[in-house]
Amino acid sequence: MHKIILAFRYFLKRRITHFAVLAVALCVFIVVVVMTVMTGLVSDFKQKNHDFVGDCVVGTESLVGFAYYEEFVNILQEQNDFVRAVSPVIKSYGLLSPRGSNQNKGLEIIGIDPLKHSWVTGFGKTLKYRKSDVSRAFEPPYDPNLLGCVLGIDVALRRDANSRYFFTSSPVRAAFSISCFPLTSRGALSKAGTGLVNTKTFYYSDISQSGLAHVDSSLVYLLFEQAQGLCGMDRSVKRVSAIHIKFKPDVKLQAGCEKVASLWQKFKQEKAGESQAYLLDTVNVKSWKDYRRSSIAPMENEQTELMVMFAFVGITTVFIVFVVFYMIISHKSKDIGILKSIGVSNAGIMELFSGFAFLVGFLGSCVGLFGGWMFLLKINRIEAWLFEHFGFQLWDRTIFAIGDIPNQVNPKVLGVIVLSAIVACWAGALLPSLQAAKQNPVETLQVNQFY
Amino acid sequence: MSDNDFILKAEGIHKSYRMGATRVTVLKGVYLAVKKGEFVAIVGASGSGKSTLLHILGALDKPNKGVVKFESRDLSRHSSIELNRFRNKIVGFVFQFYHLLDELSVLENVFLPVMAGKSVVGWFACRRWAKSRARELLEQLGLSDRAKHKPYQLSGGERQRVAIGRALMNEPRLLLADEPTGNLDSATGNGILDVLEKLNSLGQTIVMVTHDERIAQRAGRIVTLVDGKIEHKSTRA
Repeated sequence: MHKIILAFRYFLKRRITHFAVLAVALCVFIVVVVMTVMTGLVSDFKQKNHDFVGDCVVGTESLVGFAYYEEFVNILQEQNDFVRAVSPVIKSYGLLSPRGSNQNKGLEIIGIDPLKHSWVTGFGKTLKYRKSDVSRAFEPPYDPNLLGCVLGIDVALRRDANSRYFFTSSPVRAAFSISCFPLTSRGALSKAGTGLVNTKTFYYSDISQSGLAHVDSSLVYLLFEQAQGLCGMDRSVKRVSAIHIKFKPDVKLQAGCEKVASLWQKFKQEKAGESQAYLLDTVNVKSWKDYRRSSIAPMENEQTELMVMFAFVGITTVFIVFVVFYMIISHKSKDIGILKSIGVSNAGIMELFSGFAFLVGFLGSCVGLFGGWMFLLKINRIEAWLFEHFGFQLWDRTIFAIGDIPNQVNPKVLGVIVLSAIVACWAGALLPSLQAAKQNPVETLQVNQFY
Repeated sequence: MSDNDFILKAEGIHKSYRMGATRVTVLKGVYLAVKKGEFVAIVGASGSGKSTLLHILGALDKPNKGVVKFESRDLSRHSSIELNRFRNKIVGFVFQFYHLLDELSVLENVFLPVMAGKSVVGWFACRRWAKSRARELLEQLGLSDRAKHKPYQLSGGERQRVAIGRALMNEPRLLLADEPTGNLDSATGNGILDVLEKLNSLGQTIVMVTHDERIAQRAGRIVTLVDGKIEHKSTRA
């Protein structure tokens, strides 16, 4: 009991410990804020990638695509135990030029069935105008008989000085010519000797805002059949670029992907003798994480780098606590001698100063946690105020496709931070505590005399 | 006279310290026996080794050679846990510079040995008794109105009485006092000696170290430490 009482009294009496608490609080504050924002950004980014892709992709990186997909789609749709929805997708590249303009822009063309694709991915939720009626996403409201196209938001709109979009109540009438190089199953230009390219006119029917900056600035969705024709994949043996799959909610990603991979291997063997079987060799089965690895990995690397930097912050905390405790203990050697003279053991002395360190760590963590939490609650307001008054924005929204700064605290992350801060304090106090425990009471109690 | 007649017995105690490159021998074979209920004063000049001897007798320090027996039990055979228990329950120390904890009140300083000797649960079980005993001791020492004060708010004599109260808290069988009046004026010092005398009259065994022959006269027996050895023994008439 004396350890608890003395730890509290030392804490209250020694002002230097208040600085230690402040140092711990500042470290915890910084880590809580940055980790919450960073973790929020990473998980938000992952979720957006997941929404964009679905759970699993059977696809090829070849622009030629692969054949016999309809049969495999049927096989997948029969897998009622783990497959919820399937969406075949055309992917290619083309040029988009507004009608009546000489300007053009290179874009990624995605051909989808809007309903099927929204069952598999978050496509429906990304739409601005047809969110509640996805099946009509490619019907321009001003003339439903025209061929519609859904443009990535940064393809269709420009941001104002405040990085905000200006939306009209419905899509304005606008026509775009989309040109594409159709390829044969062997990868040759299918219209060689003629016009080389397929060009078709599409009308702006909706906007898609996936929240992925690269996607929103370089993508146009077309109806599946239109894209298939444009890319030359609608020949006698039709081809697609990928089949996106959504698993049932209780299916684990890895297990689902393994099942699809096994089905694909079996399917490939069955099709070995077919004329375009060679196209199946380029097809891979990937989970959404692997499929979007090149986008996600840099973000995860940044998070790892940040954690390494915070490890240095932790080391700094340990050092601050070490210095503070070294100073405190060097001033408390007389007390250590007194306690030993009344029978307190070396372990008891260590426990006393470890308890003291725990108190510093715990209080520092609580203060830092509370401060961090409060700051996070107001972070978006603070940013808005800074932007309004000084034009300062933490993240340029034209580069980072985020709405608000993520400020949802994760209790697990908070727990780890608090625990780490307490352990850091304990580690910082360990050496001085050991030194205190080893002190010879006879030496510490002697004043102006040796014998 | 057999071993059993003595509460404390030191036999052939040697102690030396390293001071820089040289080794200083402080005690060169000390023999001392203290009977239960005795009040022994160890007198010696500054640097004669009397404080070192007191620390060895109270198991705060260890001799290089020789044996200290408390109630016939060799202290060197005690484990560190037993030695801690010995310092907590069996002996009580009173130091020249009081050595009170400034962060604790007078009352807390007095019951500190009970707190230190118990677990949290054990302390909660006996805290009423401990506080009551501490108040009783403070009353006996004339400090009942100072219970809530901090040590730095007290005079030297009052602090030393608090230190005596702390030493007596666990009802030790042996009280070791190291120059208990060395930091006090004559009148206050006499007051402290009165307290020690009174305790001794009630049966408390006391070993006191002092460099002052007049103070030593208050003890029942005086032993003189010269050049690391007990040279002269006298008993008060």
